[in-house]
Amino acid sequence: MSILNKFAPLRQTYDQLRAVGQNPFEMVFEQMFSPTEGLHNGRRTILLGTNNYLGLTFDQDCIDASVEVLKAQGTGTTGSRIANGSYGGHRQLETDLAKYFNRKHCMVFSTGYQANLGMLSTLAGKGDYLLLDSDSHASIYDGARLGHAEVVRFRHNDPDDLAKRLKRLSGEPGAKLVVVEGIYSMLGDAAPLKEIAAVKREMGAWLMVDEAHSLGVLGDNGRGLSESAGVEADVDFVIGTFSKSLGSVGGFCVSDLEGFDVLRVGCRPYMFTASLPPSVMTSTITALRRLQESPELRTKLHANGNRLYNGLKDLGFKLGPQPNPIVSVSLEDPMLAVTFWNRLLEGGVYLNLALPPATPTNAPLLRSSVSAAHTFEQIDRVVQLFETVGRQLGVLPALPPMRRAKPATGSGVFPANAELDRAIAVGAR
Amino acid sequence: MNESLSDTREQIIQGLRQIVPASAQVSGTTHIMRDLNLDSLAVMDFMLTLEDRFDIVISLEKVAEVETLDDLVSVVDQLRARKLKS
Repeated sequence: MSILNKFAPLRQTYDQLRAVGQNPFEMVFEQMFSPTEGLHNGRRTILLGTNNYLGLTFDQDCIDASVEVLKAQGTGTTGSRIANGSYGGHRQLETDLAKYFNRKHCMVFSTGYQANLGMLSTLAGKGDYLLLDSDSHASIYDGARLGHAEVVRFRHNDPDDLAKRLKRLSGEPGAKLVVVEGIYSMLGDAAPLKEIAAVKREMGAWLMVDEAHSLGVLGDNGRGLSESAGVEADVDFVIGTFSKSLGSVGGFCVSDLEGFDVLRVGCRPYMFTASLPPSVMTSTITALRRLQESPELRTKLHANGNRLYNGLKDLGFKLGPQPNPIVSVSLEDPMLAVTFWNRLLEGGVYLNLALPPATPTNAPLLRSSVSAAHTFEQIDRVVQLFETVGRQLGVLPALPPMRRAKPATGSGVFPANAELDRAIAVGAR
Repeated sequence: MNESLSDTREQIIQGLRQIVPASAQVSGTTHIMRDLNLDSLAVMDFMLTLEDRFDIVISLEKVAEVETLDDLVSVVDQLRARKLKS
């Protein structure tokens, strides 16, 4: 008997995915041309599932600054900050982030996942309570599991449900920490943060907001949902990541809490892991500056998000509740979703496939995340491909004959319609 | 069992009936996930409805202790008894 026998059901699902075509969880890009195009199986492919919201991975300032530091300071720190010491870049990045968020303190982590793992498991201890939105990201659930607090879920984006659960805990002596996300990663819906902040104030709880998908995306200065909802003063802890709008890797927490720095010697996912390489910190520092000095990136990002959302909505696809840079198409059946995803890839578009139970509505999702770097032409091509595949697979009704006879006009990354249909038909075999 | 808690099992079964097929057999030894074909998310969401039904707090640690219907009844009974005392 193998130690892996317990994974038999997962193995079965994994093998089924392979049988339909390309396994969505084994994607390899041989080359990256830009924030929005890569090479997959020798074919130029539009990238629509990368969370590269501002397109800063290829920003020249970020690359130049990073290369300079890479040459001057080497490839890595080879250890943790408590053992090997901090580099100037660690402190600079923390200072810059604290200043940007108008907060007193900042701690930088080696990934966004570790930021949640570290902060949740350390802040809420034995006898305390974590109140998690039911659609929370895996890193939030895992952080809650790592710690010793009691973990309670409340219904997604439902402030009344949160209030009800906090009231049930009102007689309990421990601290209550409410954790929500700015934009939820699967459907792109934002939290009703103003109402949640009001509940927090009324019930005397603490509030943490994970702005992973909203940093650089929401707010006049890009500080996320807390800023756009006007409740930054109510948010005790802001969590974020560098691997989305800032185009690198790492995570952080900022706060005004007095004595916050004690967590540097109490937070294990901060203490016992290798710290970020100096070149990564430099590109992040530069990207944070670019985010602040280039509000037009946010404008373009939202224009792209709206264009994709409205294009797909007009076709009749079932989408998340509001337009945002995350646009998810909900389908009825997992195998239909896998086939749809494969045909999009064969047509030259890569996005994320999310299957239940990892989806909030128990329906499979084709999840897109647009970038400021996408062109309108790319977005229009994506909508066009969705329409073609949607009609082929019966997700959308077939067109009347007049419209089907429309001449092909495709160019660039995509083949013309006739070629596109052929390319997709190959995948349908 | 405390008399005031005697309806726990019945109420939980009533709740389960709303999310599993009518043909599903439910007894004390029924394994909630495996026998009723519920995934972890469905079970956690079911716990939200039980919390509201009994006005209790079922933490995820308690959910992790539950495998069978008997386990769930026992957890809910304990939490209801604790609430009555407080």
